[in-house]
Amino acid sequence: MPKYLLLKHYRGGPEQHHPFPPMDQWAPADVEAHFAFLTHLGDLLRESGELVDVQALTPAQTWVRYGGPDAAPVATDGPHPEVSDLVAGWYLVDVDSRERALEIAAQISSEPGPGGGPLYEWIDVREVMSHAPSQVTEPA
Amino acid sequence: VIDAPTRDEGALRALVPRVLAGLVRRGEDFHDAEDALQEALLEAMRVWPEHPPRDPRAWLTTVATRRLVDARRSEAARVRREETTDAEPRPGPTEEGDDTLFLLFLCCSPELAPASQVALTLRAVGGLTTREIADAFYVPEATMAQRISRAKRTLHGRRLDSLGDLAVVLRVLYLVYTAGHAGRVDLATEAIRLARQLTLATEEPEARGLLALMLLNHARLAARFDAEGRIVPLDRQDRRLWDARQIAEGVRVLQSALALERPGRYQIEAAIAALHDDAATTEETDWPQILAWYDDLVVLSDDPVRQDPAAMLGRAVAVGHVIGPAAGLRETDRLREVLGGRHRWHAVRGHLHELGGDLAAAADAYAEAARLATDVAEREHLVRQAARARAAG
Repeated sequence: MPKYLLLKHYRGGPEQHHPFPPMDQWAPADVEAHFAFLTHLGDLLRESGELVDVQALTPAQTWVRYGGPDAAPVATDGPHPEVSDLVAGWYLVDVDSRERALEIAAQISSEPGPGGGPLYEWIDVREVMSHAPSQVTEPA
Repeated sequence: VIDAPTRDEGALRALVPRVLAGLVRRGEDFHDAEDALQEALLEAMRVWPEHPPRDPRAWLTTVATRRLVDARRSEAARVRREETTDAEPRPGPTEEGDDTLFLLFLCCSPELAPASQVALTLRAVGGLTTREIADAFYVPEATMAQRISRAKRTLHGRRLDSLGDLAVVLRVLYLVYTAGHAGRVDLATEAIRLARQLTLATEEPEARGLLALMLLNHARLAARFDAEGRIVPLDRQDRRLWDARQIAEGVRVLQSALALERPGRYQIEAAIAALHDDAATTEETDWPQILAWYDDLVVLSDDPVRQDPAAMLGRAVAVGHVIGPAAGLRETDRLREVLGGRHRWHAVRGHLHELGGDLAAAADAYAEAARLATDVAEREHLVRQAARARAAG
């Protein structure tokens, strides 16, 4: 079965379908509804046997590279205006098809926002490369 | 009575340090003895349900010894080829102390990194399997197996006659405790069990202080999260859910430690926890006395702002309650340089702003704390706090 990484972003991706304020400016009840929805979704994916991993990342980002011989590594802290993409977290799912992965991504995107309506958040769907050929065929 | 350990995993695990220490005292290498005992434990789980042993400890010792002999026999040919003359058994340690203490010192060797000390302690003293330890720390079993085996290689052939540093043992047990309750294995209970064994082996007041601190914090566990797993802060907890028996034991242990009149940081932190536990309502909290203990705590460091910022932050909260929120905020200002990038500093300022009625500033501080938080439950709690303060302001 193919695995898909469904990435949530702090920023980046296509223009927001439905701009929304930061969460600390939502009504407390809307915050609760949002968290409850995501907990429920995690439970559903666990029960269906499709969830491999779900993780959240802190927004602090550091770029690091090799500094060269006898030099310390070079590090720069974000934010970087020229690099707009910042991953907030992911679901790793093991599903029957790409269609199912997109369906789950859309479900995540429907998480309730301020006022209780869907957030319409863009989800970045990436297929994980497999370690085994998808079709085993005998050499001719 | 005789076959109780087959049904009681706790009793079986309690035998682990005693059997292991027995083997090591007899002169076996720690590395090999630990391997052999792990195999014996697996064998026990397989065999005991059908054939319970008369003396579980002797059974484990015998089976582990047989493994060691087998291992040595296959090793013997190689050793003969290399014409090694080192045939006599290594001398065991001369000191007679409690087995648990002996093994704790070994596993908490300063040569090991903290993560390895914790893992090895849980396996060799706690009797947990590699799988259980891996689950508790959310890492793959192979990763944990490698960590443990590297730690054991580091200790390989090490003479066991030099005892380590009790302060390191206490720190490792506290690390085990704070690693928390979230995993499938309840590490907090395990840490309390080990600390209790430690207090039986040493008179050291700080060991009792640590046990008291764990008990007094653990007593509030049931109130700390609600049914949905949300964090409930201390001032909103349902105090009827606190474990009165654990609090009583914690206070008793703390008093016996303080009676020795050699105070230390665990005893002081336990005293602060005891004062929180002692208040029937949050309004009845004895903040002046808590502040007095924090004053004692921070003078343990030469430069507390840099060496013990967590204690300084706790003290700032106490100052906020005793003198006033503005004074508490001024205390946090002194910590900005060291802690300004940490979520807890912002969360404390949010609390102090809220205490002073400045809800907009509280919301901003909580939101910043949420942005910096590194724990999912804590971040969600801080987002809630921010939204709540914003809505009320």
